[in-house]
Formats: sequence, structure tokens, C-alpha cells
Amino acid sequence: MAETHSLQDMRQQATISAKVFIQRDYTNGTVCQFQTKFPSELENRIDKQQFEETVRTLNNLYAEAEKLGGSSYLEGCLACLTAYTIFLCMETHYEKVLKKIAKFIQEQNDKIYAPRGLLLTDPIERGLRVVEITIFEDRSLSR
Amino acid sequence: MSAVMITRKVRKWEKLPGKNTFCCDGRVMMARQKGVFYLTLFLIVGTCSLFFAFECPYLAIHLSPAIPVFAIILFLFVLAMLLRTSFSDPGVLPRALPEEATFIEMEIEAANVNVPAGQRPPPRIRNVQINGQIVKLKYCYTCKIFRPPRASHCSICDNCVDRFDHHCPWVGNCVGKRNYRYFYLFTLSLSLLTIYIFTFDIVHVVMRSVDSGFVKTLQDTPGTYPFMVGLTGFHTYLISLNQTTNEDIKGSWSGKNRVQNPYSHKNIMKNCCEVLCGPAYPSILDRRGLMRDELPVAASSAVPATKSLPAPLTTKTTAPLIPNEHTPDETKPSIADSPVTHAEKRSPSPKEEKPTSLPKALPIPKSPPTPTKVPPLASPETDAEASIIITREKEL
Repeated sequence: MAETHSLQDMRQQATISAKVFIQRDYTNGTVCQFQTKFPSELENRIDKQQFEETVRTLNNLYAEAEKLGGSSYLEGCLACLTAYTIFLCMETHYEKVLKKIAKFIQEQNDKIYAPRGLLLTDPIERGLRVVEITIFEDRSLSR
Repeated sequence: MSAVMITRKVRKWEKLPGKNTFCCDGRVMMARQKGVFYLTLFLIVGTCSLFFAFECPYLAIHLSPAIPVFAIILFLFVLAMLLRTSFSDPGVLPRALPEEATFIEMEIEAANVNVPAGQRPPPRIRNVQINGQIVKLKYCYTCKIFRPPRASHCSICDNCVDRFDHHCPWVGNCVGKRNYRYFYLFTLSLSLLTIYIFTFDIVHVVMRSVDSGFVKTLQDTPGTYPFMVGLTGFHTYLISLNQTTNEDIKGSWSGKNRVQNPYSHKNIMKNCCEVLCGPAYPSILDRRGLMRDELPVAASSAVPATKSLPAPLTTKTTAPLIPNEHTPDETKPSIADSPVTHAEKRSPSPKEEKPTSLPKALPIPKSPPTPTKVPPLASPETDAEASIIITREKEL
């Protein structure tokens, strides 16, 4: 709560100074993956390893969501047998992972990014195209 | 509090820029031209009702009651798949928000520095390597994004659609990543249904002819769709190669110049499984999500902050809202411009009203609505926007 509080303060006192967009990585096909290249704008804000760790975890979560295998085939076939009406009362595996991702991002924001004057945006809010990182111009940080 | 209850909630689908129609408060999404879709529906329902009315009673009595039962199941499945294809989001890619668009624009500008003035800049293309194959990503001037691989802009719906297959007027929607399997199952089940009806139609005619002569039994025969079977065959071929109709027509992976489909698993079974039974992708439009701000521009900057922070909005201990007199001097101007102005627009929204409105006016989590009736700073934009909302309310 303490961290989120400081984030809330930051949001009001600070102005947005820049936004960084981490683009998609298509090397392995159209599976949702993001580039782990460290953007230079974040250089004196956050550790390179820390950033890469975040993106890698995010990538693993998306890979889990789009994984092809027994369980996803089973879900697909089961849904097909019920003419996909089962999705009216059941969450898909993908949606479950998306919730996990939202939780993960909030956690990362609270623990790591907010204290450093940064804010991650859930990629689903940006059409799964980019990870948006907002850099705040924060006075309290430089004090 | 009462003011909050009166204001109409604005959902995101109302602000989507594409040429779509929405029903049931955003649950149903279709293209605007729906005439052919109604024709499809009429043909299927009409043919089947003829079958059920004239053939089924005779067949049920003289052959087996299982025949109409199976026909009904198949018919319901066809309808379910048709409606599912027509009413769902085909995989529309939301357009870039202003900040993302400026960011991309800047990157392009930076790449075109060497182009001498007066000369035409090179086409906006980004090359990416996918499974060892170079694929060109084209820039979409409407959506302000580099289209992801396999995505294409549908001119009828005016949206970029992921894994775009084609725009199908028969189902009145685009066919793309999210509804391709429903479309395939629709064509497959419809083929089965037509074959089924046709077969039992012949059986019926033959049986009656044996009973009471051929001429007497010549009645209206249900229409057949040899076309459907052909279409199903074509899509089965596409699925087994993991291609889209769009790529097939353009000949993207025809084998010329050793260009091969980088998305294929090189295994027919695996391709089929992926397309038909792979993960069900969620819609990324969030059509039923609530708009956070009546200002379309300001909403873009309000989104990231409020999303991740549903709880702490109740804290009132915040310092007075400081208008940003400390404009960053060392930041790049073109990025800094837009976000700063957004922050300015957003800041005056009264914080005191938020806590009261939060608990009740929030049926959907993660989207705290800013009260829409807040008298904002009298900027021309907000006034126009507010008046639009008021007129809409009157209509309701």
C-alpha cells in the first residue's frame, strides 16, 4: 500500500516526460513476444537486468497463453462439441493468463517501476502491440 | 452522487473508429452492409424449413426418427457457427493512440534523415525476420501502425484485422484470427447439412416413387449448394497449409524465389490443430469497457495510470494539483508535447468525487469512470463533447 500510495502521489505531482514503446518481437512467428532490447531512455532509471527480467517473464506468460499442446487442443475440441456455448460460462485459458499478466504488471509497477518514476502499461490496453513505459518527470525523486 | 448516477456510461465501442455496427451494447459486432447476411440466413432457414415440413414427417415414419433429430442438431450447429462468425470481433487491431503514433512517426523520420529535401521519402516498410524468412511489415496510414505480420486492412470495415483472411459479405463480417475457425466450421457443417438434406431428399423421392409413381412425387426440391462443398474443400486445403485466403490469392508463399510460408509447422496435422483447436484468442478491443473520460485525447493518458491503480484512488491526502509549471527542458520536444498537454487536461478533474462514485458505479472492475458531468475547464473541445453527450441522453 505504501508503494501504491507513493505512485498515486507521483501521478499527480509529476508530469509525463516521455513514453517508451517496447515493440513486438516476431522472430518466432506471430506469437505475442516483446523485444528485450534495453531502451536508452531508461538508462539512469532502472537496471538493465531488472528490465530484461520483466520483459522475459512477460514473454513467458504470453508463450504460456498461446502454447499449442494437449490442453489447448482439448479445450478447443470441447468447446467445438458444445458449439462454443461453453465459453459463455467458462473462461478460456488465454483469458486466465491475461488476468495473471495484469496482476504481474501491477505487482511490478508497485515494487519496481513506480518507485523509480516509471509506469508499465498492460499490453492488452495497447492492442498487444507494445509495452508502453511512461517516464515521469518526478521532483521528489531528484530531491 | 446523483449526478454520477444520471450520466450515461459511455462504452468504448461507441468510440471505435472503424465502419462497424454494434448491437446489444457492444456485444455484437458486424460490418455495415448486412443485406447478403440476411440472404444467407434466409436461404439456410428457408431450405431447412422446407425439408422439415415436407420430407421429415415421411422419413421419420417410414425410415427412422433419428433422421430429423440429427438434421435438427446439424441445423442448430450451422446457425450457431454462422452467428458466431458474424457477430464476433474478427481480430481487429485497435488504432494507435496519439502518443504511439508520434513515436512511430519519429522513428520513421529518424530513418529518413538521409533523404535529400524535395525527394520522395522511401515507402514505409519495416523488415522483420520470421523463422529465418524476411517479411515486410507495411505501415498503415489509417491505423498509424506497422501492421503485424499477416494483418491486413479491410477497406469495407476500415480496420486492420489480424491474420486477415477475407471480408465475407455472406456472413457480413471480416474473417480473421478470432473467427476463422467458426467460419471454417460453418462452411464444413453447412456442407454436411446440404449433403445430408440432398441425400434424404433423393431417398424420399425414390421411396415415394416406389409407392405411388414418380410424377406425383415431384415436388419442390430443396436447393443444393455444390458451391459450399467446393468452398469447404478450398478452406481445408488452406488450413492444412496454414495459409489465409489473402495470402493464397496474392501468392505470397507460392514457392517462387524460395519464399516459403514461415508460419506453417510443416505438418498438416499440426496446422489443422492450430487453426481449429488452438488457443481461443481474446478480443483486444475491450468493446464493453467504460470510457474513462469524455475527452477522447485525455483518455489516452488517463488509461495507464488508472488501470493499474484501482484501489488507492480513495486516498485524499494528495497534495494540491500542481499545474506543471516545470515543463521538462531536457526532454525531446516532440514526445514531450503531447503527453504534457494531456496531463494538463486531466489534472483539473476533481478528485473529491471519485471516491464516492467508485463503489457503486463500478460494475466492471479495472475501469474507474471519471464522472462525465464534471464541469470541466471551458475549453471548446470539452464543451462540444459534453453537448454531444447531452443530446445523446435526450435521444435515449
